[in-house]
Amino acid sequence: MNDKVKELKVSAIENGTVIDHIPAGAVFQVIKMLKLDVFDQMVLFGTNLESKKYGYKGIIKVSNKFFKPEELNKIALVAPHASIIEIRDFRVAQKTLVEIPETVSGIVKCFNPNCITNIEVITTRFTVLEKEDIRLKCHYCEKITVKNNMVFK
Amino acid sequence: MKNKSLVSINDFTKEEQLRVLEAAREFEANPVQTILKDHVIASLFFEPSTRTRLSFESAISRLGGKIVGFSEASNTSVKKGESLRDTILTIANYSDLIVMRNPIEGSARFASEISPVPIINAGDGSNQHPTQTLLDLYSILQTQDTLDNLHVAFVGDLKYGRTVHSLVIALCNYNTTFHLVSPVELKLPSSVKMHIKEKNLAYHQYTSMEEVIPNTDILYMTRIQKERFSDPLEFERIKNSYNLHKDMLVDTKENFKILHPMPRVNEIHINVDEDPRAYYFQQALNGVYVRQALLSILLGYR
Repeated sequence: MNDKVKELKVSAIENGTVIDHIPAGAVFQVIKMLKLDVFDQMVLFGTNLESKKYGYKGIIKVSNKFFKPEELNKIALVAPHASIIEIRDFRVAQKTLVEIPETVSGIVKCFNPNCITNIEVITTRFTVLEKEDIRLKCHYCEKITVKNNMVFK
Repeated sequence: MKNKSLVSINDFTKEEQLRVLEAAREFEANPVQTILKDHVIASLFFEPSTRTRLSFESAISRLGGKIVGFSEASNTSVKKGESLRDTILTIANYSDLIVMRNPIEGSARFASEISPVPIINAGDGSNQHPTQTLLDLYSILQTQDTLDNLHVAFVGDLKYGRTVHSLVIALCNYNTTFHLVSPVELKLPSSVKMHIKEKNLAYHQYTSMEEVIPNTDILYMTRIQKERFSDPLEFERIKNSYNLHKDMLVDTKENFKILHPMPRVNEIHINVDEDPRAYYFQQALNGVYVRQALLSILLGYR
């Protein structure tokens, strides 16, 4: 199946942002992180679509919305290889890849149940130790949250 | 360093750590100096601790400071459900500096971010206990006359021992050679070893301590707790192999000293206590000098 046919499974948008190459299991998480569940314009998405690169993938198309890089980089934790395509007048205006930030604030819960951030009302903060096999060091309890025990707020 | 908090040993640079040790020497020579006579220090122990609390309170008293606080959380507003945020903000109004031990990890970092007065972390759960590290460094300095290029052996529970982790990390600044003696189940975690590797320092791992004794300058003993073992038979098998007896100390270097963060159970036989190479009670006393030094520096008197 080639890319063109695949794109058609989720209809094109006139203006807005396409987030492609989301891991199939992460589409709903990305929708939540970008608050698209409460967004008032057209949002189209597909998941478990065949992908040459990744086997299966998800895609989200958001009408009339252009994100700031820092908004989009949040999703890198669940969709590290996502590509961001700006669409203007049905045409690709710009294509970028998400980047895992150096620090992560407020999105992820610390896995340590005895960490102060799980006891008091505190925004979590992590230093990203490793980007490929994600390892986050908690600014407070200094314990390391890895991909397998990562829970999103 | 005035008004700085000490939460984690890495909050202080090597130079800042040495400055504390230098001031500690001064207090060892002259322990009673009433420089904090106009100060109130809060001592908040949300969980019981004998050594740390009493040595802090002794340090404050010898500096002439007044102490407010509690030694357990059971009869305080914390029991009524008050948040740590509110407790800290309130007590900061009553004091010039807060010493806190709290079983919740990260509590000290959080307190240091909201408190208008400096915080000294006296232990936050399994995370950090930086004043122990400073007094360990001081004890090594006092017995060896240097911190550089030493051979330091750590014996016992290297996996869960918080004091071991912080001291290993701190010693990475001094070109230390590490000798790590532990049962396989209690080896030093890779997150700590990472610091040794980053500095390209040598480390050797052993399962028995006999062979390290002749080659080390410092033997840092720790307690092995039964509950750390998934298999109780395994604990029974190894428990006596990490016990130090006087007759094991036949062949040691001249400057060799034995340290232990205490409390000890049976990992050092009492027949070692009278040996001049046993330094662990002096080490506990050093805790007072180091804490005097730290309090004076953070309050701007050194």
